[in-house]
Amino acid sequence: MKNNWPLWEVFVRSKNGLEHRHFGSIHAADAEMALENARDVYTRRNEGVSIWVVESKHITASNPQNNGELFEPAQDKIYRHPTFYTLPDEVKHM
Amino acid sequence: MEDKNKIQYIYGIADNALILGQRLSELCGHGPNLETDIAMTNMALDLLGQTRSYYQYVAQLSGEGKTEDDIAFLRIEREYKNVLLVEQPNTHFGYVIVRQFFFDIFHLLLLEKLQNSEDDTLAAIAKKSIKEVSYHQRFSSDWIKRLGDGTEESHQKVQEAVNHLWEYTDELFHSTDDDKIAVENKVGVNTLDLKEKYYQKLREVLEEATLDIPETKWFKKGGKQGVHTEYMGYLLADLQYMQRTYPNMKW
Amino acid sequence: MSEKEIKNLEEIFEQRIARDEKIEPKDWMPEKYRKTHIRQISQHAHSEIIGMLPEGNWITRAPSLRRKVALLAKVQDEAGHGLYLYSACETLGVSRDELYEQLHSGKAKYSSIFNYPTITWADMGAIGWLVDGAAIINQVPLCSTSYGPYARAMIRVCKEESFHQRQGYEIMITLANGTPEQKEMAQDALNRWWWPSLMMLGPVDAESVHTEQSMKWKLKRKTNDELRQQFIDQTVPQADLIGLTIPDPDLKWNEERGSYDFGEIDWDEFWQVVKGHGPCNKERMSARVSAWEKGEWVRDAAMAYAKKQEDKKLKKAI
Repeated sequence: MKNNWPLWEVFVRSKNGLEHRHFGSIHAADAEMALENARDVYTRRNEGVSIWVVESKHITASNPQNNGELFEPAQDKIYRHPTFYTLPDEVKHM
Repeated sequence: MEDKNKIQYIYGIADNALILGQRLSELCGHGPNLETDIAMTNMALDLLGQTRSYYQYVAQLSGEGKTEDDIAFLRIEREYKNVLLVEQPNTHFGYVIVRQFFFDIFHLLLLEKLQNSEDDTLAAIAKKSIKEVSYHQRFSSDWIKRLGDGTEESHQKVQEAVNHLWEYTDELFHSTDDDKIAVENKVGVNTLDLKEKYYQKLREVLEEATLDIPETKWFKKGGKQGVHTEYMGYLLADLQYMQRTYPNMKW
Repeated sequence: MSEKEIKNLEEIFEQRIARDEKIEPKDWMPEKYRKTHIRQISQHAHSEIIGMLPEGNWITRAPSLRRKVALLAKVQDEAGHGLYLYSACETLGVSRDELYEQLHSGKAKYSSIFNYPTITWADMGAIGWLVDGAAIINQVPLCSTSYGPYARAMIRVCKEESFHQRQGYEIMITLANGTPEQKEMAQDALNRWWWPSLMMLGPVDAESVHTEQSMKWKLKRKTNDELRQQFIDQTVPQADLIGLTIPDPDLKWNEERGSYDFGEIDWDEFWQVVKGHGPCNKERMSARVSAWEKGEWVRDAAMAYAKKQEDKKLKKAI
């Protein structure tokens, strides 16, 4: 087991106006090949208009063990949402 | 231009796509890894798709209630007009890539001209195919570089394939009588006009891939006249097996 | 971590799954969950890859151009599905090469149905109709399995797979409506693939080791016997419709159960194939190993080239 092709993450924009979305991963020896492989594997059925690839090792991910401190503090900040504020009935849209 | 000459002219283009598509489809499930397997199958599908467009047109031209399948499966060996290059076997991955590369460069140059054909159907098929073949050319050129400038072993293997298959490149530029008629009628492409550009492009990529360009002056030919290599009979035996064993049935 | 802490984590973990929460790669998970998933997902991936071979056998001989491109695209999809599944497996910390190693050394299993030979064109029809039909029944519930990457891979697989079964059934319809020779070819294929397709859905519940745990983790949502019954009930009318006969003299509609009763499955044959003595086990494995070994110099070349290019870039930067 030598010289394994590294793993890449594939992001595809399915049409203009939409963001790139994570589609999956592939193996490739270099960036050029990663793009080609991503095209051949993930857009066989017309799924995309643009592809990003990034070698998986370059992605830094948050640790789920820290989810409490990372994400829970946002839960009670309800004043960030429009429904927090009351409006007179007469005002239909705001 | 008479339809019978036009049909022969189209065979000269379409049969290349069929036979190369057939060779590539032998590899499905046997590639060096999954990604490459999928990529090569995509090329096979592109080529077979092009084949169908050409043959449907031939079927229409020839009348007689012929179908694309009669044309694909029911000719005798001498009636297939593909060049010898595309019928060469999948000896190893180096051969597969070199064969593809030698053909793709030619194929793209041809289609770029064919899209201006005065025959609207051929022009339309060419236009659609250009996008597919541009990608093939990119794929095979990239792989030539990877194999040529990869390891010592890969360099030696791909050089061996280059040396061997080089002898089949000159035939791409031969013209049959039907080709000449097609050119005179502005239906076909004069392939001699493509030759210089072709070898220039080949040299560029091979040099970048640190590969030597063979110096032979001896080239092989015959496919365009329907005189094929010994490999062709076996390829056709596979291709035609069902239609020959069970004639006149719908599948 | 102390035993108590682990137990606590396990409890929280099981509750999350019970609440239908998805588990993602970096989440804490019991070692057994990880191992079971690696086993099942990789087995599934291996089946896709080995499954390319019996059908690949007919690509060059397909009887029409339309059939040829359809079959080629189908077998290519299987490579794609294998790839999605290996990727899902890799999120559990095992590389694709390690998984290949397990397959090639005979340590890993794959679906035994692919150890049967494809000897006529009708087998392409039977495989699409029956084998893919059985596979879909197995796979659809997995789209909502607990492990996120597996569920996402399965959603993609199921979406793409929908043409596979139709492709097979259409081949069967054409043959069944064709000449007597063609009809016979279709019936012969059904005769040969029917029982292996039933076996494909796994041993009877009483003998299935993994079912209970797998149910809890949503790796399985129905038992093997339930899946088998579902498959039979859905397939028999399809055979009737095209005038083919299911090769089971005991097959009979049971009004009370609202299902078909069916005959005894030859489990000895099943275990024989599982244990490596089916008609094509050796051929399948040697085709895989040979493709992998013959590809080694190619994969090495690509890495060597990438490294050289990288070095060149660095030199320029300096």
